[in-house]
This record gives sequence, structure tokens and C-alpha cells, in this order.
Amino acid sequence: MSSMNRREFLQILAAASAAGFALDARSVWAAGKGDSLYDLKKFGNVHLLHFTDCHAQLMPIYFREPSVNLGIGGAQGKAPHLVGEHLLKAFGIKPNGIEAHAFTYLDFEKAARTYGKVGGFAHLATLVKRLRAERPNALLLDGGDTWQGSATALWSNGQDMVDACKLLGVDIMAGHWEFTLGDKRVLEIVEKDFKNKIDFVAQNIKTSDFGDKVFEPYSLREMNGVKVAVIGQAFPYTPIANPRWMVPDWTFGIQDDNMQKTVDEARAKGAQVVVVLSHNGMDVDLKMAGRVTGIDAILGGHTHDGVPQPVIVKNGGGQTLVTNAGSNGKFLGVLDFDVRNGRISDFRYKLLPVFSNLLPADAEMAALIDKVRAPHKSKLEEKLAVSEGLLYRRGNFNGSWDQLILDAIMEVQGADIGFSPGFRWGTTILPGQAITFEHLMDQTAITYPHATLTEMSGEQIKTILEDVGDNLFNPDPYYQQGGDMVRVGGLQYTCTPDAGMGKRITDMRLKGKPVEADRKYKVAGWAPVAEGAKGEPVWDVVARYLRDKKTITPRKLNQPKLMGMKGNAGFVG
Amino acid sequence: MEMNVTRRTVLRGAGSLGALSALIMAGVLKPTAAYAADWNKAAFEAKDTAGALKGLGAATTADSNDLMLKVPDIAENGAVVPVDVISKIPNTSSIAILVEKNPQPLCAQFDFANGAVAEVSARLKMGQTSLVKAIAKADGKFYTAQKEVKVTVGGCGG
Repeated sequence: MSSMNRREFLQILAAASAAGFALDARSVWAAGKGDSLYDLKKFGNVHLLHFTDCHAQLMPIYFREPSVNLGIGGAQGKAPHLVGEHLLKAFGIKPNGIEAHAFTYLDFEKAARTYGKVGGFAHLATLVKRLRAERPNALLLDGGDTWQGSATALWSNGQDMVDACKLLGVDIMAGHWEFTLGDKRVLEIVEKDFKNKIDFVAQNIKTSDFGDKVFEPYSLREMNGVKVAVIGQAFPYTPIANPRWMVPDWTFGIQDDNMQKTVDEARAKGAQVVVVLSHNGMDVDLKMAGRVTGIDAILGGHTHDGVPQPVIVKNGGGQTLVTNAGSNGKFLGVLDFDVRNGRISDFRYKLLPVFSNLLPADAEMAALIDKVRAPHKSKLEEKLAVSEGLLYRRGNFNGSWDQLILDAIMEVQGADIGFSPGFRWGTTILPGQAITFEHLMDQTAITYPHATLTEMSGEQIKTILEDVGDNLFNPDPYYQQGGDMVRVGGLQYTCTPDAGMGKRITDMRLKGKPVEADRKYKVAGWAPVAEGAKGEPVWDVVARYLRDKKTITPRKLNQPKLMGMKGNAGFVG
Repeated sequence: MEMNVTRRTVLRGAGSLGALSALIMAGVLKPTAAYAADWNKAAFEAKDTAGALKGLGAATTADSNDLMLKVPDIAENGAVVPVDVISKIPNTSSIAILVEKNPQPLCAQFDFANGAVAEVSARLKMGQTSLVKAIAKADGKFYTAQKEVKVTVGGCGG
């Protein structure tokens, strides 16, 4: 593990300072305040530590938060649909500081060079141990999207992450991308590796024939004399957003009614604190919090929103805190409840950014990670090309990493148009950094990676764009299927997010000419969800392109022209 | 955590389909067709919702909170969309289920003998996003509940 030491870090800080960047980290570090970021006073008697959507990132990485995260309808102008300065203002975060860097894309390149990488399980382990030392019997909750997202997770069939989570001391887990390893593999891990160690919970997964439960719906624990129930909520649209054939016998869905029953059952069994470990996505969690009563907090993920403070939702039974804890191992949420006489009297919440340079690597975890990586080291570290520009993925419409993938699959396959899925995971590369095979796998490591080339009519292309657009911008979150907008190469279009279904996509053009409804176009894509789909893994296609180009010039983002979004706080410009 | 043994597993162990057909032969479960004594041709073959409602004799309907329609918000598979309808309206004598955008909207009609619990479960085939309607008949009056079910091409999520 090549984590920077303190001296190297200070040298970089000095260099960045000379370059004129406002250096909060330096003063933080010099004054010993690096520790103060993590010196979180214990509060109350029930302690929940929460990470989510780490996407198998065992190593420290860069991760740029989005500059486009539109809220439509009732979600407009509210968390989590706030980007950049809008987010800083809403949560009272000082500009230019280490927290501003953690929660926003602002000045990303400079700030990333100043504060360094984020996450990494060895650094996360140190933070977890520190917090646990002061918070006896704290539960560590993993919101899922843990067994997918890296080369080593894919090649080990999730085993590297299973072992790392056991060592980290995860107590309870929910799931989404886990299911793309297939139902048999998930059950194998839950029944063997996790037995008597980690509870995999899901109230909303049933067998599709008789509606029997597949996993325990919740886990009931006693902590410092208080009974705490943690209910699991899997990503409700897994069989739609991901291949259904991988979980053919299971049905998912949001299942509000069953959630209410589960909450009531846990309360009847004496739970004084009830939380949901959710992979709904934050918009769905906010709606659910208004409909189901008796939940004290929904600790959420899926949408990868780093939300500094909980949103408090009032409902018929009182109130529910709704949080979202970001992605890629970048954050750890700490929720403390003070429970007196069987009732919650108060709470504290902090979403801690995990800065790898401020937290020494835990030796045991570092050794495990080294062991996992050793057999693949040369393949992982192969330098495919050097990127002159910033490469990132997250954002509603496109990211420079996706643009690079689109450019590659279109050129290699000779297509007019390219589609790349609106995945929210994927790490960031700074200008001048080499793109390794490992970085490429951070963007593409899935169990259905086939690159495809399809003939589609203009009408079919429009149907797909409208369909995905509705899955992102339907004003009712229960009808949002999840994921960002499909990334589009070659084709220009205008998007009106708050128009109705079938009316959002207009003025589709290819090289300036209107797209014709009945003309056929060659469309390159990847990640087909249909069973039996074939094609070369997309990472091989893109790797060939990168090796051939050697230097990747800054990408020109193909973004739709946006209509009707003026003043939306989820958008800059 | 102990995994529960699901009914599916038990049935598989017992020879799966064999066990189910044994139940059917023993008269425990009856194929739906056995109940289809009064086939309402006009209603089932109607090409739009208005025609189907007319065929059912349900030209005027009222919304009812005692009629519960359970369908997914987004269908996992448009070919088999699960639907449950429960009527707590006293003297419910029939329940019909319609998918507005289907070429023939009326999908099913269930009649209940006196005192039967008006609760049905079915699987619908849906080609596109549509309103799904349940119609219950009680004491000669018709009641409705409806909800939109989205059918999507899928993929791209995460």
C-alpha cells in the first residue's frame, strides 16, 4: 500500500500553498487539528456507524461529487438535490475548507491535490476502531453495493469484500449490486461466510411464487440496555435496473405495507429504537418516511448523496431522520441517540469524510488488502494511457469518464451513436494521472459487461431516452427506477426534465441533422440486462482504445441542452 | 442468522409440479377455468375501458377506501404483473380487474357466492405503462380503486 506519509503530505501541502490555494488542511494538520476532524464527542447511549455504496473500493481513491443533481417537482431546491455553493449554504459549510471539498465538486482538482485521496478500507478501519473505542457496543451498518465495483471484487466473486467487511466488523448489511453475483452466490455468502457474524437483512425480498421471505427482515439487538431493531431494505428495483435472470425466483419492490408491519412487529418485541438500513435512494426514503410511522431513522444509500445532516420528515407517528452517506468509502455516518425511559430524547449526526492522509492505515486490514491484490498486481497496475484532463463519472447527464467510454466504444465498433449506462459508481482521475487497468475496472467491473452494437430506428432511440428520462425525473420518487440518465455519445438532444413522460426529449440531432424516426442507426452500448447477451467485455474494448491513444486529451462532454431548469439548485450555470 | 426453508424448497423436494398437480387433482386447488361459468363476452372483448365497463354494467362507479388494490409501482416483468384486490365492502359479489392500455382492458372477473371473502390474487400481462383498475360490485352498485403501474425497458440503474 503506497499511502503517502506525513512528510510527503506536508510537502504537497506546501507546494499547493505556493500555488495560491486556500489551505485549510495545512493549518488543520499543523495545529494537530487533523485529529479534531475525527474527535467526535460521544453522545447518548445508542450508536450507529453507517457506510454505504463503497463499491468495493478497498484502496484510497479520488471521488468528485456531482455538479448536476436535479430535483424535480417537490424535490427541487432541497437536499439531496443541492450542488456546489447551494449545498454549502444550505448546511452552513465554510467555502474552501476540507469539508467543502468533501461535500462538493468545487475547485475539485486543486482541492484533491491538497487534501489527497479519500476512503480505503485500511483507513476506514482505523476510523471505525477510534469511534468504537469511545462508543461501546456501537453497531456498524453496511448499506450495500459493497461486493461490486472493482477488479478484485469481480475476480474473487465478491470474496475480497466479504472478508474485508468481516474484518472491519460489519454487524448488519442490506443489498443491491450484491444480487448481480446471482442468487446462489448471495445465499452462499449469507449462509456460510456471514453465519453468526453479519446479518443480511431485507424486508422487501420475497419468493415470487408464494411470497415467502428470503432473508430475515430485521435484526434485533440490545445495546447498552436499549433494544434496537435494524430493518433491511434492498434496492426495490433490482430486477428491473439489473438483470432479472440473476435473481429469477425473487421479487422486490418498495413494500410500504410490509415495512409498516415489520416496524410494528419490532416495536411489539420491545424495540425502543427502530432504524431502516435502506438502499431505496434518498428520494424514495424521503417519501417512505412520510408514509410509514414508527421509524426513528432511515440510513440511506443508492443515490450516493453525501448529505451532511439528516432531513427530518414529520409523519403521523412523530418524525423520522433521513440520511444518505455518499459512496466509494468516502464517508462514515455517525448517528448517536440518547434513549431515556424507553424513548429517544435527542440525537446527534455527523457524516465524517474519510481522508486517507489524516487516518493512518490499520495494519491488519492493510495486510488483508495486500494479500487480495498480490496475485493481480501487474494486471491492476498496467498503465493504459495518461489522462490530460479530469476524469469523473457522477452527474445526472454525463461525466468525462463516460464520455471516454463512449468515444472508445463508438470508435472501436464504428457506431454513429453510443449509450453508456447511468451508473453512479466509479472513481475519479486527476489531470496528469496514468489510467491503469484497475481504474478502468472501477468504471466497468460488472457481471454483464458485454459491449454491444445494435441497429436502432430513430423512434426506438427516442423511446429509450424517454424511458430512462422518466426513470430519473418522474416527480413521484416511487416511479423512479434508479440510476442517472443514460450517457449519450454522438447524438445531441434537448431535455426538459419537468415535462411529462414522452415529452422530455426533443430536437434529436446527429452531426447537425435531425434524427429520422424510421431510419436505422448503429448504436454502441454495454451492460445489456437480457439473458444470453453476448459481446466482448467492455473493459477490453476500452483498454485497446486507451493503449492505442496513449494520451487522452481532455474530453468534450456531450450534454443535452437543458430546458426549464433555470434557478434549480441541483445545477450550476 | 437461520435461513427459513421456503415453500418453494419444500415443493421442489416433494417433486415440485407433481405436488401441485396432486393438490389440483385432490380438488384442493381448482383451475380458474372451472369457475368461468358466465363468460361475459361483450365486456372481455371490448377494446377500451368504457366499453368494458359498459359490458360489466358498471357505467357509473364510485371511489371506495374499502376496496384495496395492490400492484407494484414499477413492474418487474410486464408479462406477469402481480395484483391483489381485497374488498371490505359488505356483500361484495364480484371483482373485476382492468388494464386501461391493454388491447382488451378487462383481464379478469371473479364472482363470490354469499359470504365468501372478497379477496383475489392474479397475474396481469401489460405491454406498457397503464392505469390498473379494480371494480367491485356490491348490492348492485359499483366501486373502483386504481393505480398506475409503470412498465419500463429497464437497465441503466445504479
